[in-house]
Amino acid sequence: MTSTTDAAVSPTTAEATASTAADPAASTPVPRSAESRGALLGYLGDTLALAGRHLIHLRRSPGRLVLVTMTPLVMLVAVGYLFRNSMNVPGGVPYEDFILAGIAVQVGLSGVGPTAIGVALDLRHGLVDRFRSLPIAPSAVLIGRTLADLFVGAVSLTAVSLVGLAVGWRPHEGVLRTAAGFAVLLAFIYTMLWLGILLGTTQKNVEAIDGTGALVLVVFSFLSNAYVGVNGLPEWLRPVAQWNPVTAVITTCRRLWGNDPSGAAGSGFAADHPGVVAAITLTAILVIAVAGSVRGFEKAIGR
Amino acid sequence: MTVASSDPAILAEGLQKQYRGHTALHRVDLAVPAGTVLGVLGPNGAGKTTTVRILATLVEPSAGRAVVAGHDVVREGKEVRRRIGLAGQYAAVDELLTGRENMVLLAKLLRYGRRGAALRAAELLERFELTDAADRTVGTYSGGMRRRLDLATCVIGDPQVLFLDEPSTGLDPTSRSVLWDVVRDLVANGVTILLTTQYLEEADALADRIAVIDAGRVIAEDTPAALKRMVGSERLEVTLARPESLADAVAALATLGSAQEPVADPATLRVSVQLDRGGLDEVARAAVALREKGVDTVDFEVCKPTLDDVFFQLTGTGQKKESRR
Repeated sequence: MTSTTDAAVSPTTAEATASTAADPAASTPVPRSAESRGALLGYLGDTLALAGRHLIHLRRSPGRLVLVTMTPLVMLVAVGYLFRNSMNVPGGVPYEDFILAGIAVQVGLSGVGPTAIGVALDLRHGLVDRFRSLPIAPSAVLIGRTLADLFVGAVSLTAVSLVGLAVGWRPHEGVLRTAAGFAVLLAFIYTMLWLGILLGTTQKNVEAIDGTGALVLVVFSFLSNAYVGVNGLPEWLRPVAQWNPVTAVITTCRRLWGNDPSGAAGSGFAADHPGVVAAITLTAILVIAVAGSVRGFEKAIGR
Repeated sequence: MTVASSDPAILAEGLQKQYRGHTALHRVDLAVPAGTVLGVLGPNGAGKTTTVRILATLVEPSAGRAVVAGHDVVREGKEVRRRIGLAGQYAAVDELLTGRENMVLLAKLLRYGRRGAALRAAELLERFELTDAADRTVGTYSGGMRRRLDLATCVIGDPQVLFLDEPSTGLDPTSRSVLWDVVRDLVANGVTILLTTQYLEEADALADRIAVIDAGRVIAEDTPAALKRMVGSERLEVTLARPESLADAVAALATLGSAQEPVADPATLRVSVQLDRGGLDEVARAAVALREKGVDTVDFEVCKPTLDDVFFQLTGTGQKKESRR
């Protein structure tokens, strides 16, 4: 039944569009048809245009960049520099070396709240409705945001590393392994962004999001080996800290950078294979967060 | 430009929407011919926004079907989205971006390409009289400017069908009249518009037909004139100088032979009578009859029924009209 309607309407539709285009101003730009570019290129273009929007935000209101960068920097200076003589790590690694991976993960953790708030505000202010009423893939809206926020994370990570170098952090394993460590951190940051999007699409109250974001930062970083070795924690908490993806990421980075004192990751499978644990837990979080975000997004729009 | 299509640009059949715990739409049927304006009128929570969101493919109906610009909103959402514009209750523009950046972003998403997007943005900013403010951030715009920008972003893709959800909410009278001009201009160019409003005046001014929605149902759909006729024709209202002439006035106005007896309100000293035929003759006969009875009047008024009357009568909250008689 609908197909007959289509057949009846399409010609008139085409005529109407053609006459509009040929109407008064011949110079009027006309959208390229979707087919003139590949679907994938079109999708990338949409995503980049949407990411560009967030980069303009960053220029006009750099609060997010400051927030995401300041939290780890303050911890780096407070713990890594001021308290470094009171902090003991086993195995004779300087505390400045030990602390950097622990601080770097906080770039990812402290980005969760701001990303979530951005998503929630776009939903609340009708911008998402506007984007969704366009013939673009809904996922481009979310992926565009993660790309821009990943850029923020990368800038913040650079700042943390430079300050780290200034207070005495040094990687000891060469350029390639150093770069690999940063790649792992970027993967961690990206995964955390999706956790933020999940939070923003499922929780409407901005104050609640802010609180949850702060909680994520504190719980995940203190229940890990960010500041002290796993063996410095109460015994019953050690397995939690060992299997915490944050610990796995930190240990992976420390080993890649030659900053890992023996025993800082405890013992057992998680301590012996931090890369595997990091890969598995981050993939699991990413899959769950993406699936949950898409569902939450659809539900938030469907209200 | 005439659209030579007899198919409605918007067709809704038996739309229903259930949310957990309550039914937002019971049954909504609409048919809007191409190139016309349908005003959807109703109180808060009547289902106006839900209807718009279903037609704009943002929400799936629980039952029923809808065809917009020739495509099914559920099965061919993307095709529908290529042909519509939506202005929601909020001006959905990004406050941190300039007017131009907002336009360019949406033009890019509508696949105008980098240069095409810049051209299209400039063209529409000019048309909506925003060129001077184009490079200021939207945060500095007035409510009226924001709304104009919002409308401009809606028409970037030359939509055939435009949905405007309470477009003049929160606008001052000047901005509202600019908005009305824009809407009329779009209609003159062949765009089909569905606009929801709580302002009966707005529906009266812009709409070719009006659908009244209450509690998730369309309770009336007709032209503004026909809806007003449903409520009755013009009335003559006379305010008396002295209470003792009330009976004389009623007797005088009864000689007009209206279908309904004149109604007197002792509290306000007002007598009103329906003018079945309307026009100056009947008013003149009433004036002569009152003069012959020696009734002194301080005020008189010929009242046309307003959409308020229609609305109150249809939704059963008819107190306002009754008390005026």
